[in-house]
Amino acid sequence: MRRYWPHVWLLLGVLVFATPIYITLIGSTHDASTIGRGDVPLLPGSHAAENYASAWLRGGAGRFTVSPAWRMMLNSTIMALCIAVGKIVISLLSAYAVVFFSFPGRMIAFWTIFMTLMLPVEVRIIPTYQVIVSLDLFNSMAGLTIPLIASATATLLFRQFFLTIPEEYVEAAKMDGASPMRFFRDILLPLSVTNIAALFVILFIYGWNQYLWPLLVVNDRNLETIVVGMAKMIGNGDAQNEWNVIMAMAVLALLPPVAVVIFMQRWFLKGLTETEK
Amino acid sequence: MASLDVSGLRKSFGPTHVLHGIDLAVEDGEMIVIVGASGCGKSTLLRIVAGLETATSGSIRIAGREVTALEPAERDIAMVFQNYALYPHMSVEQNMAYGLKIRGLPKAEITRRVAEAAGLLGIEALLGRRPRQLSGGQRQRVAMGRAIVREPKLFLFDEPLSNLDAKLRVQMRAEIRRLQRRLGVTSLFVTHDQTEAMTLGDRLVVMHAGHAAQIATPMEIWARPADTYVAGFIGSPAMNFLEGTLAEGGQAVALKAGPVLRFADGPRAGGEGMPLTVGIRPEHVELAEGGILLPLDLVEPLGSETVLHGRLPGGEALVVKLAGPAPDAPSLPVALPAAALHVFDGETGKRLDP
Repeated sequence: MRRYWPHVWLLLGVLVFATPIYITLIGSTHDASTIGRGDVPLLPGSHAAENYASAWLRGGAGRFTVSPAWRMMLNSTIMALCIAVGKIVISLLSAYAVVFFSFPGRMIAFWTIFMTLMLPVEVRIIPTYQVIVSLDLFNSMAGLTIPLIASATATLLFRQFFLTIPEEYVEAAKMDGASPMRFFRDILLPLSVTNIAALFVILFIYGWNQYLWPLLVVNDRNLETIVVGMAKMIGNGDAQNEWNVIMAMAVLALLPPVAVVIFMQRWFLKGLTETEK
Repeated sequence: MASLDVSGLRKSFGPTHVLHGIDLAVEDGEMIVIVGASGCGKSTLLRIVAGLETATSGSIRIAGREVTALEPAERDIAMVFQNYALYPHMSVEQNMAYGLKIRGLPKAEITRRVAEAAGLLGIEALLGRRPRQLSGGQRQRVAMGRAIVREPKLFLFDEPLSNLDAKLRVQMRAEIRRLQRRLGVTSLFVTHDQTEAMTLGDRLVVMHAGHAAQIATPMEIWARPADTYVAGFIGSPAMNFLEGTLAEGGQAVALKAGPVLRFADGPRAGGEGMPLTVGIRPEHVELAEGGILLPLDLVEPLGSETVLHGRLPGGEALVVKLAGPAPDAPSLPVALPAAALHVFDGETGKRLDP
């Protein structure tokens, strides 16, 4: 019996994680009144098609009008992609500069980057908001993504990786006559592919889940993101929420991050576990 | 193919002086081995010639062209690194072709050169593989191939054999030597292994504490080492050194261990009683009836030869190398033949010739 206990604990863990998702999934197949009564149905209902159709094509209605899910998911995807790609590009370049070049103020530059770890958007939200407004980037995709791009975490990660690259590669490339950017492109970048993939997964999900900043900097319905949109559909007090549509939307909102994880899983694991050096 | 001239080369890292003025003239097609213990500055010298480090002062000319201020790629040289530094994500072929591709050579020319070098090194079958799919010896060959395709004026080798096992090292050593002869490319080879140095080099540069202690052919260095450092570094087992003083008006040395040995090749200048260091190689010490009695504390039989370790009456260590097996005895009488003695100044360690 003893050797089954670990499995029991593990199964319990799985249950803790999976149950809310299961309930969401089931909820999205019932009509509004079933959930409105306060029941928590555990078996699928028969309203899946209409719930998903209204989530996908109509969005929130009445007092809680939000854009249809397809629109918001498109916005979220663009935002998450911009943030992930932007963060990776910027941090690759800054890590490259900090590790491979000696210039005056190199350590200051490094520590300045490092210190921004202590200043996430939430902390500097008012000044950042002011900057974006005065740059006339309010209500734009640029305003939505740029403040989230600068990233100390990714820079540190790439720095650590670059430090493990043998000095001889740099020297061999110098002998071969490769310019610094050529070395970056031909040698450093291919060696970093697995790290980039792993980081992309994390950063895409980070971008996708952004809530506070998009809520603040965008009020144009055409730029609404799904995480914000979903929250807007949930009213306070006595309002009758369309829980069935909200659930359907939540399920839809789950799909792109899940797809990214599944698609990138192979590289992701490789990036975390092995190095090709 | 070209000559290499290094003159007055100095290098300091802050207050630390690594090279104290190196002068070296390498002739066209010559293989020069720079040998020394770790920290003697030999790698720094090579890296300055390569352009990977900048000299504090002095100049480097390759084929008469001043290259001291040029980038490595502009010096028309190729280098083989200790860990080979093959790009892990490129195939063998891409590794060899990369430098040529950057130089913008036509595709057909690159393919031709890579195929030619691969044929020369016997690695045609490996061209499609990645470095990590290769054994140490194969990687070594690819690293050589990468240097060869460049058709450089100068080859630089930075301890390229030290990552190989002993047997492969001997094999690759011979291969490098044959290849270098065949291609006739002027080469600098850095190593800490004196056997490697002796077998590979047309001439050796023995480095010691940032100076070139001696620059000469292997046999000359072995036969006439310039100072006690060189004498002790080249040759295995290392040369024996015995303390003594000048005697008989410069005709002989009175050893601290007792005997007075007359020089075979003539008197040394200097006052009576001047301190001397006398060197004798273990293989030159002879067993002789009536010689100095050497109590043995260790006998190392190596098959074709035997190495004996003992202490002279004065307490100085003496190593003897005998051809064949040694007589089974707790102590043996040994003689130091006058013709085999190396005489050095006891204070400066410099060689004293008649």
